[in-house]
Amino acid sequence: MDSVVSQLSIQDLNVWYGGQHALKNITLEIPRHEITAIIGPSGCGKTTLLKSLNRLIELNPHTRVTGQVLLDGENIYAPGVDVTQIRARVGLLAQKPFPLPMSIYDNVAYGPRIHGLKNGRMDDLVQHYLEAVELWDEVKDRLKSPATGLSVGQQQRLCLARALAVKPEILLCDESTSALDPISARAVERLLSSLKNEYTVVMVTHALRQAHRMADHVIFLWLGELVEQGPAEQIFEHPAEARTQAYLSGEIG
Amino acid sequence: MNKISGLETIQPAVESSRIQRRAARQQGQRWRILLDKLAGQGMGAITLAACALIIIVGYVLITRAWPLISTRTPGTLIFSDAWHPSQGEFGFWAFIMGSASVTLLAMLIAVPAALFSAIYLAEYSRARAVLKPLLDVLASIPSVIYGLWGVLFVVPLVRDHVSPWADRFLGDAIPFFANHNPTGYGLLSGSFVLAIMVFPIIVSVTDEVLRSVPQGMREASLALGATEWETTKLVVVRKALPGIIAATVLGFSRAFGETLAVLMVAGNVVQVPRSLFDAVYTLPALIANNYGEMMSIPMYDAALMAAALILLVVVLVFNIMARLILIHLSQESKA
Repeated sequence: MDSVVSQLSIQDLNVWYGGQHALKNITLEIPRHEITAIIGPSGCGKTTLLKSLNRLIELNPHTRVTGQVLLDGENIYAPGVDVTQIRARVGLLAQKPFPLPMSIYDNVAYGPRIHGLKNGRMDDLVQHYLEAVELWDEVKDRLKSPATGLSVGQQQRLCLARALAVKPEILLCDESTSALDPISARAVERLLSSLKNEYTVVMVTHALRQAHRMADHVIFLWLGELVEQGPAEQIFEHPAEARTQAYLSGEIG
Repeated sequence: MNKISGLETIQPAVESSRIQRRAARQQGQRWRILLDKLAGQGMGAITLAACALIIIVGYVLITRAWPLISTRTPGTLIFSDAWHPSQGEFGFWAFIMGSASVTLLAMLIAVPAALFSAIYLAEYSRARAVLKPLLDVLASIPSVIYGLWGVLFVVPLVRDHVSPWADRFLGDAIPFFANHNPTGYGLLSGSFVLAIMVFPIIVSVTDEVLRSVPQGMREASLALGATEWETTKLVVVRKALPGIIAATVLGFSRAFGETLAVLMVAGNVVQVPRSLFDAVYTLPALIANNYGEMMSIPMYDAALMAAALILLVVVLVFNIMARLILIHLSQESKA
């Protein structure tokens, strides 16, 4: 895969939590404007890998990271890199929706305001992103009411709008539909699929059928090691590794 | 059942011992259930008795204060500063204002510092495991030691440096900074000592409240490219605000009732303070200084009981308010 299509290039990445070696020598490429799914059993390092892509991993105390994560050729772990700029370019949709303690409107406006957008253009921007996540019609009459008043499914779509409003290039999704009811989960899934024309999406999922439905590219982790990666079809139909085969057939995990 | 009755005919001895064992077991079982009931109800009774104490205390105070309360109007008791016990005049206004001013000023000093300390502790510090217990130790230092420290350190500082300086540069323009009391014992000294005393309590509660803000909410803000300070200011503190208010109210009620340390440094003159350096007399100090002393004066006993009643009501109301907010918050964070 050449560097034109791969947007994120991970080279020899290791992560330790204290004495625990959570990710071991991960080297892989994440293609631009595709959906990449990270799969594997619980505790295999899926979320660790995801959170090391926007340096959110550093919030855990006693974490040590070595290796490189190149975002368009630039190492995000290089000294002197402004982590807030990295996170503005690499957005996150978490497992559970965490609306900020403010109004629906202010939730969407939070990121743009922090990055210096003036209030003049804010109304259009808020409307644009709430429409993008198909929430506008449901909330346009109560933009000033607290975001916590929304249903969980609505909250997750609001969180997606909030993440998109910062105009990231990459969107990280950490099992983003697992806390939702089936209908909301499908809605978020559909939205994410439609986003790949403009964004690179990296998603962690433990639902293989979801990975099957959505992913273009699949990464299989096992106990902190990269076992196999490749186009989704190849991984699901013809896995090369015995461990991938065993996981996909439900024998391990 | 059939199998068992079959066994009975074949092995009666085995069966009878089995019946005995079962009876013994049932006996033991009854004991366990009885003990369980006793333990639950017994401990419940002890707890209830302790809670009932507050009612008994209130009842005793009201009956002992009754001779005074029933013969004066609230106006002459609460809003009058005429305190002439030998003439039968018992106006608590000077003491109420004394307590209120010392406490408010102490909160003004303690709350901002405590808020920033708690934010540091909960959001930034990597040494929380060491610092938090240290703060809890500070909260457990006996108030007489704070009082001594006040007498030895704070009072001379106010007397020799703070009050002459304030009087000279600000006293003419602002009467509140004028100094009519050269001793150093007064409002500022009392407030400062009190602020130091309630500081660890406010920090401790605020720290807990800040830490109850879900980590995912911080991550949501940071993941949008916010700095730690922006996240703290715009998200964490905003989310924790009701709890921070509760911590403040809790500190206020603790400070309002504090007796000894304030008594040692506040000067204890019956007057409504007009300046930062005036001596003040608080409600707890009034009771502690005089109970058992001037009992020959008619109604004096009832007057001290009335003072205690005022103190109890104020502290209880503030405490209950703070607890209600905190309970509401912990339920919310669980939901």
